[in-house]
Amino acid sequence: MNIIVLMKQTPDTAQLSGTVDGFKLSEYGGPRIVNPWDEYAIETAIQMRETHDGKVTVLCMGKEEAKDALKTALAMGVDEAVLISDPAMEGSDSLATAHILVAAIRKTGDFDILIGGRAAIDGNMSATAVQVAALLDIPQISYVADLIEVNPDAKTIKAVRLLEKARETVTSTLPAMITVVKEINEPRYPSLIGIRKAARAEVPVWNLTDLGLDASEVGMAGSRVTWQVELPTVREAQVEIIEGPPAEAAKKLIDRLLEEKVI
Amino acid sequence: MDFELSEEHKMIEKMVYDFARNEILPIIKEHDRNGTFPHELLPKMAAQGFLGICLPVKYDGAGMDFISLGILSEGMEWADSSVRETIAVHLGLHALPIFQWGTDEQKDRFLPALAVGEHIGCFGLTEPGAGSDVAAMESRARKEGDHYLVSGEKMWITLSDVADRFLVFAKTQQDAGTRGLTAFLMERGWDGLTTGTIKGKMGVKASNTGWINMDNVPVPESHRLGEEGEGFKIAMSCLDNARYTVAAGAVGLMKFCLEASIDYAKQRVTFGHPIADHQLVKQMIAQMKQRIDLGELQVRRVGWLKNKGVRNTRETSMAKWFCTEAAFATASDAVQVHGAYGFSDEYDVERHLRNSKSAVIYEGTSQIHQLLQADYVLGNRVDKPLRCPMPAYDPDIWQS
Repeated sequence: MNIIVLMKQTPDTAQLSGTVDGFKLSEYGGPRIVNPWDEYAIETAIQMRETHDGKVTVLCMGKEEAKDALKTALAMGVDEAVLISDPAMEGSDSLATAHILVAAIRKTGDFDILIGGRAAIDGNMSATAVQVAALLDIPQISYVADLIEVNPDAKTIKAVRLLEKARETVTSTLPAMITVVKEINEPRYPSLIGIRKAARAEVPVWNLTDLGLDASEVGMAGSRVTWQVELPTVREAQVEIIEGPPAEAAKKLIDRLLEEKVI
Repeated sequence: MDFELSEEHKMIEKMVYDFARNEILPIIKEHDRNGTFPHELLPKMAAQGFLGICLPVKYDGAGMDFISLGILSEGMEWADSSVRETIAVHLGLHALPIFQWGTDEQKDRFLPALAVGEHIGCFGLTEPGAGSDVAAMESRARKEGDHYLVSGEKMWITLSDVADRFLVFAKTQQDAGTRGLTAFLMERGWDGLTTGTIKGKMGVKASNTGWINMDNVPVPESHRLGEEGEGFKIAMSCLDNARYTVAAGAVGLMKFCLEASIDYAKQRVTFGHPIADHQLVKQMIAQMKQRIDLGELQVRRVGWLKNKGVRNTRETSMAKWFCTEAAFATASDAVQVHGAYGFSDEYDVERHLRNSKSAVIYEGTSQIHQLLQADYVLGNRVDKPLRCPMPAYDPDIWQS
């Protein structure tokens, strides 16, 4: 089976330190990690390879430092890891990112399945995977919590989606894109042997030219969405103490609540 | 001179700390409260290759170097001293001595099962009346045909009730002082060998500590480690391994205490300010960091010497002495920063303070290490080359 994992390197939200304007993460705003949801995607891919043989390739778009995340994936046991990186890609929205990833997927070659985490913990939009599937014209199954059957020969997959109040079993043809939730498995730690191999591995970098893309298709230039972020206004709390005997105070309290349109 | 960890070591560090955070921290407080050994951790540690981290791949080890052993020890003790003790004893005091002193046949026979955690090893040197004064040992071994009959009692033995394999020292020659000691490898289930657990410890309650009783245990000659009379040298070389893990572990304990103190000092407000703004709290935080930096440098130096195959008894002793005393002071400061809450087991620093006291006693008390250091500089003590030195780390050999 040819399995491709789409991975992102994200800030470690448990260790955020520096922010700019109270919102944007500064360059030194804490350590970067494999997007936690993607760890489940990597584990899903490795288990799939252990069952069906084949190869797991991880693609990650990001800066040079994202090689660390790719090396973690290699140490966990994936076969190949590729960094997709070019200064022109900076500022890409999810659609521009999807275009870039699709070009990288095509360059990787034939695949049976694409796997990603349910979202990236930084943007938390769950949009890129959907857009990748749409651009490739393949089915997409989101929130996968269990894989009942993966049949690479019959080219079918049967998966359980975890919804808010139900579990939904769906079948689909392969190739398909799935995004997984943490209920699907328990990601393994990188093994010492895996670390040894990963530390020595060269991670190839694909830039715009390698992918046959033009700068106008990616980055800010290729994006359709623009952001304007406003922090919620800080509300100042006021305390008013209502004096008097309980019955009288209760009556006054109700009057005040009505007056403030709370009740 | 390069003070930075290699990419490989950084990856091991992250993995080890993730393991400590996810697998040890959630369960260790209950084990500490109940005084129970976390048996459930052993298969997980084995699966990660921890139990044979610096044994060659040839013996089913992970083939990593001695700096990796230090990083592992640090990460384990960041969570709890008891888990690091398992590494120190199983690997440092049992498997590595076999690797260093064993015959090829013994290495092939014993190391693979130890490296993968199929067997857990322990170390029996201390006796009820003989700790640092090893020559006062009363255990005896008498040769009879092709085997020895060993009798005696060992005390304060980490993993005594958990281990399957025992590296035990006994006198084969009376009145020869430390020159009369011989090392033996014993197996659980042998006639005359019984073990038990000691209760009521002040700290490292999640570690198994106990006794080994030997009543004419028949030990085949094939299970004698080293030559007759070589036991003391073997025991001391074992301590060079284990003291290194103790020192590295103490650095991990200090790092936990500092992290916990920073978090607490930033959120606890007194007199209208977080206590991290108060100068005397800052002083304690700064001193913690100073001890960590000094300890870490010493531990890394020892790891580097071990990798080069250079005798490191003095440097290891210094690191063990400094780091364990520093950890006790740091854990005490951490409890102080936490105030009354630090005195309760709701916060982990209380557990670390109790744990940190044990390490200034075992593996040579701080007083013994001071005597050693003084004797080195006064010229009273010179390390002579060993018959079987620990070989230098060579990745080509370790990993093939």
